Amino acid sequence: MFDIDRWNEIWNALAKNKVRSLLTAFGVFWGIFMLIVMAGSGNGLQNGVSEGIAKFAANSAFFWSEQTSEPYKGFKRGRYWHMDSEDLQYLKDKVPEIEYITPKNFTGRFGSGSNVIRGKKNGSFNVKGDYPDYVKIDPATVLKGRWINDLDIRDKRKVCVIGEKVFESLFDPKENPLGQYLKISGVYYQVVGLIRAETQININGRTEESISLPFTTMLQTYNMGNQVHFLAITAKKGVPVSVVEDKVKEFIKKKHSIAPTDVQALNSVNIEKEFKQMSGLFLGIQILTWIVGIGTLLAGVIGVSNIMLVIIKERTKEIGVQRAIGATPRVIIGQIMLESVVLTTVAGYIGLSMGVGLLELVNRIIESAPTQAGDRPFFTHPEVSLTVALSALAVLIIAGLFAGMIPASRAIQIKPIDALREE
Amino acid sequence: MIQISNLHKSYVMGHNSLHVLKGLELDIEEGEFVSIMGSSGSGKSTLLNILGILDDYDLGTYYLGGKLIQGLNETKAAITRNEMIGFIFQSFNLISFKNAMENVALPLYYQKVSRKKRNQIALEYLDRLGLKEWAHHLPSEMSGGQKQRVAIARALISQPQIILADEPTGALDSTTSFEVMDILKEINDQGKTVIIVTHEHDIAAMTKKIIRLKDGVIEEVIKNGDLQLFKDRVRTE
Ligand SMILES: Nc1ncnc2c1ncn2[C@@H]1O[C@H](COP(=O)(O)OP(=O)(O)OP(=O)(O)O)[C@@H](O)[C@H]1O
Ligand SMILES: [Mg+2]
Repeated sequence: MFDIDRWNEIWNALAKNKVRSLLTAFGVFWGIFMLIVMAGSGNGLQNGVSEGIAKFAANSAFFWSEQTSEPYKGFKRGRYWHMDSEDLQYLKDKVPEIEYITPKNFTGRFGSGSNVIRGKKNGSFNVKGDYPDYVKIDPATVLKGRWINDLDIRDKRKVCVIGEKVFESLFDPKENPLGQYLKISGVYYQVVGLIRAETQININGRTEESISLPFTTMLQTYNMGNQVHFLAITAKKGVPVSVVEDKVKEFIKKKHSIAPTDVQALNSVNIEKEFKQMSGLFLGIQILTWIVGIGTLLAGVIGVSNIMLVIIKERTKEIGVQRAIGATPRVIIGQIMLESVVLTTVAGYIGLSMGVGLLELVNRIIESAPTQAGDRPFFTHPEVSLTVALSALAVLIIAGLFAGMIPASRAIQIKPIDALREE
Repeated sequence: MIQISNLHKSYVMGHNSLHVLKGLELDIEEGEFVSIMGSSGSGKSTLLNILGILDDYDLGTYYLGGKLIQGLNETKAAITRNEMIGFIFQSFNLISFKNAMENVALPLYYQKVSRKKRNQIALEYLDRLGLKEWAHHLPSEMSGGQKQRVAIARALISQPQIILADEPTGALDSTTSFEVMDILKEINDQGKTVIIVTHEHDIAAMTKKIIRLKDGVIEEVIKNGDLQLFKDRVRTE
C-alpha cells in the first residue's frame, strides 16, 4: 500500500488516461463541493441570525395588552385595557424571580411614525418612551453622548436619544447632534445621545429609525396618563423565563380583572423559547445539509463505481495481459482500489478546496459590501470547521474504497484467457 | 520440461460441449524449439493456453519442470507464469498507455523489482533487440515488427525457461516474420525452450520439431532429422 512504486504505477495509469480519470472524478468533486457549500451556507445563515440576536437577553419576555376575549367580573368581552405604571412595583413585589422590568410606550398605532423636524430637514420616525434599564435587555452601543438616565425619568426632561438613521436624515454627516433640538409632534427635545442597536430585534420599529424619550416625559407630553403599552422583563439567573412569564400573566390578569382563562388579553413573547426553537431549526438545517450532502456524495461515489465498472470492461484486455505476465489477483485488486481511492480523494480534495474557496469569496464580498448603518447581513461567516472538512475527507477515502470494491471484484473475475482471446 | 499425458479439454456452452483435446500425449525436453501446427480449430491455441497455465484442463496430467500443474489457484498460477513462462501473442498485447520500456519492465514490477532497476534492465533487453531508440515511444508509434520485438523483450525479461508464442508472426509480413524467427532461434540457442503455434510451413520449418494436431490428438511429430523431408513435402503439397 505504501510502496512508492505502486503509487507511481497508479499515477501513470491515471495521468495517461486523463479524460477517463476526469470523468470519474467529477461526480465526487461535485458531491463534496455541494456538501461544503451547503454546510457553509447553513453555518452562514446561522451565524448571521445568531449575531443578530445573540446580544439580546436570552432570559427575557415581553408583554403587551390586547382586547379581552372573555367576559369577567361584570366586564363584557372585547374590552380595551392597558397595563399601568403601578403594575411595575406590584410585579416586583409579587414575582421575586424578576431581574429587570422596564416599560416601553409608543406614539400612534404600531408602525406609523411621528413627524420629526429639524430646521429644513424632516422625517417620519418611531418615537418610543424608554427606561434606563431597557438597554440591559436589548443592548445598544452609545456612539455619542449617553442613554436615558434616572434624572431624565425623575424630572421628565425634554431630551431624546436618536438612532443612526435618524442622525443620517436630519444631520450633516460631520455635524455633532448632541445639544441640538428636534421638534417632534410640535414639541422640542434636546438630543443627548446617538445609539446603534446591537441586535436585529425590532420592537415597534427598528432602533436605528427610532427616537427614544424618557418614559415619564412621554406619558406627560402625550397625555398617556399612567398607561404602559409594553413590558420587558428578564428572569433572574437560574429561573426559567416561562416560570416568570406565567406568574406575570397571572398577577396582571388578577389586578386588571381579566379572566384567568383569557389567553388573548395579555400577549407575550418568550425569547428563551424562541431561541430554543431557533436552535432546533438550525439543527434541522444542519441535518438536512448532511443528508443532502451525503446523498450527493453517495451519488458521486456510485458514479465512480459505475464508470470504473465500464472502465474495467474497456480494460479487460489490459488486465488480462497483466495477469498473463504475472499480476496476482491481489495486485489487480490493490491497483483498482488504489486508483479509486486516489481518484475520489484527489477529486474530493479539489471539491473541498473549491467549496471552501467559494465560501471565502462570498464572505469577502459580504464583508466588503458597503453596509448601511445597522443594516447587518443575515448571512455572515459562511465557513466549515476543520472537523467537518476532515470528516468529509475520511468519508471520501472510505467512499473510494467502496467505489473500488465492485469494479475490483469484477476485474478478478476476468480470466486471463477470456481477456486475451482474439475477436 | 513438459510432460503431458491423456490430456482432455472440452468447452461447454450451454447444453453443448465441444471436445477439443482428446487424450493428448506430449513430451517436450528442455531446450527444444517446437512448432505446433494443425488446421484451424484443431485446438492449437487451446493446448498452448493450457501449457501457459492460462486455462485448465479436464482430465490427464501436466507436469511443468517436474511440477504437477493442476487446479492451481489464481495467485499461484500468476506467480508460476511470471517466473517460468514468457508469452508472445499474435496481436502483441502491449499496454497502450505505457511506453516500450515500461511495457518490457512490467513483469519485474510484479516481482517487486524497483522501478529504476527494472527500467534499466528493460533498456538492456530493448538494446539487445535493437530498439534502444524506441524505449520511450508508445506502442501506437511503432510498426508491427517493432511491437513484436518489444513483446519478445517483455517475455524474456523475467528470464523464464519457456517461451510460448501463439502465431507470433501471424500479423507480420514475411521479412519481419523471418526477423522475429531469427530472434526466437537465438533465444533457443541460449538454452530456452521455445514453443510456437503457426499456420505457415516455412515458419514451422525454422523450428527443430513440428507437432501436427488433428482431431484432438497428435497426428504426427517431425523431428530434426526429418525436417528436410518435411520441407520437401511442403514444397510439393
Ligand atoms: N472459450 C471457448 N469457448 C468455446 N469454444 C471454444 C473456446 N475456445 C476455443 N473454442 C473452440 O475450440 C476449438 C479449438 O479452438 P482453438 O482456438 O484451440 O483452435 P486453433 O487450433 O487455435 O485454431 P486457429 O488456427 O483458428 O487459431 C474451436 O472449434 C473453437 O471454436
Ligand atoms: Mg489459435
